Amino acid sequence: MMKSKKKSIWVFGDYRNYYQNRVTLQLLSKAVDLAQTIKAEVCALVFGHEIDEWIMEYTAHGADRILAIDDPALKSYSTEKYLAIIENLAKERDPEIILIGATDFGREFAPRLAKRLKTGLSADCVGLDITDDGLLLQIAPSFGGNMLAEIVTELHRPQMVTVRPGTFKEIPHNYTRKALVERLPLMKKLPKSRVRLIEYERSVEKEHTIENASVIVCGGRGMGNRDKFKKLHDLARLLGGDVGATRPVVYSGWADHGALVGQAGKHIKPKILFSFGISGAIQHTAGLGEADFIIAINKNPQATMMKMADVAIIADASDVLKTLIKELKKRIRE
Amino acid sequence: MLNLVVCLKQVPMVTELPWDAKTGTLRRDLAAGMMNPACKHALEAALQIKEKFSAHITVITMGPPAAEEVLREALALGADRAILICDKLLAGADTYATSLVLTAAIKKECPKFDLILCGAYTADSETAQVGPQLAEELDLPAAAYVEKLEIHGRTLRVRRMVDNFRETLEMEFPALVTVSMENYRPRYTELMGLENAFGGDGVIVLGAAALGINASLFKNKGSRTKVRKVFLRKTQKENVILQGTASAVVTEFLNKYQRKISTAIGKSIEGKLNDEE
Repeated sequence: MMKSKKKSIWVFGDYRNYYQNRVTLQLLSKAVDLAQTIKAEVCALVFGHEIDEWIMEYTAHGADRILAIDDPALKSYSTEKYLAIIENLAKERDPEIILIGATDFGREFAPRLAKRLKTGLSADCVGLDITDDGLLLQIAPSFGGNMLAEIVTELHRPQMVTVRPGTFKEIPHNYTRKALVERLPLMKKLPKSRVRLIEYERSVEKEHTIENASVIVCGGRGMGNRDKFKKLHDLARLLGGDVGATRPVVYSGWADHGALVGQAGKHIKPKILFSFGISGAIQHTAGLGEADFIIAINKNPQATMMKMADVAIIADASDVLKTLIKELKKRIRE
Repeated sequence: MLNLVVCLKQVPMVTELPWDAKTGTLRRDLAAGMMNPACKHALEAALQIKEKFSAHITVITMGPPAAEEVLREALALGADRAILICDKLLAGADTYATSLVLTAAIKKECPKFDLILCGAYTADSETAQVGPQLAEELDLPAAAYVEKLEIHGRTLRVRRMVDNFRETLEMEFPALVTVSMENYRPRYTELMGLENAFGGDGVIVLGAAALGINASLFKNKGSRTKVRKVFLRKTQKENVILQGTASAVVTEFLNKYQRKISTAIGKSIEGKLNDEE
């Protein structure tokens, strides 16, 4: 059988929850873009059981070809099974590029796949382009997002990246689009998973992690005391965001260790960051390199945090917090 | 006895760096080092296993001679043996190459390991790739972002949160985990222990040749990715200053930025002004 010589850009169909599915659609949109430049086709991978919904959706969002394996053995996500399947397909079909969403799953899966295919991988890219010499330009953040690196995979194929959700905009669906859907059988020697999934449940305790939150309310010692600090949660809830904390606050027991933002804790990338009563010690600000828009509230206008902010509010942090919560409750319309 | 290996990384300590508050950027090149925070959590998980079972902990790092410091710190905290992979020819290795080198070291120095623990990500590059790639290279069952480990005989049970799913996984030794920062809060180093650890010799230093790696060949063929350019992220700040009573600044702020906030939270907070008029 003659194999098509056309280059192919693969997009891994990650669909386990709404957020994973959105990033897949965003990648398809970017793939369409890149494909025009390097004259390639866009190919979506969909593995699972009863997956017609995704085949339809990926077609509507720009895929030219779908490689689908629909089998009860793939009912739940499995890193080991997907690795074996894609390794097999990639060796047979030689894709030019593989795009994977930087979901938790993708960020664990992609490094193993890259290793198995003996190729390079850039993690958590925030931009993609094609270089003058026709390579995939992989723009990845470094050091809490304070720096960006332009990375290429010169000699090895496929060129692989994981891409942060929200980096690209999905194109509107078009259900009249057609794609070539290849329904493939499950490979015969699918390895048995050595990692056994004992139980899993959708978490109700938290809708997202602080690393992915688009609104974050951070508080420092300037909040005054534990009870006043706790009010930050009310604001976070109103805004659908998360609460972050500085090191002194965590060590005073006002917040959990998981909320620690900065060098020793989480690096965050919110669209909006409220910073209440934080002076801006370097241990904290090292984690803020990718905050888009910062509002700092502090009595001291000379605080580093106030100078880093887009909007610096010179006032008592706790007073502003209380008033802001009251005012937002009046204004927010669902 | 359980044989544990913890992979550590030394990352730049930002407190030691010239820091530009306006742009929020730092000078990496002048960095002093510290143990990567997630690696510290991985070491803590290993230390807690050692407290419960009979276990031997080997810590490994790859880096410049100064990276020995993180090994000394680990020894002070309770690790039993430390290995520094140090070779100029390995400088600039990407995750692909790094996992190859670590694999060679583990095969040579601790071939009978039961469990390898890594930090889930590093504070400098944050690729989170070395752990999974090491698992692939050593052909091990593995789980990333682990929050809790339990050991029953030769079975490892782990709990983790991935993409909003709380999962419980099981696998048999030998295995690999990367440890998240949600749990296993690191203990402090006792000053005495730290002094003692720095006194002894205790750290095994290995070059590429000792690991059977042809470094000159490796340099060109080891890494798969190439960094063409690194640049500072520049953002345009608005530089707005608001001052006054709490209610005045809140009103002014919300009126000015209602659209921006509405977009970020996906709910409308607009139109209040009209309602009042």
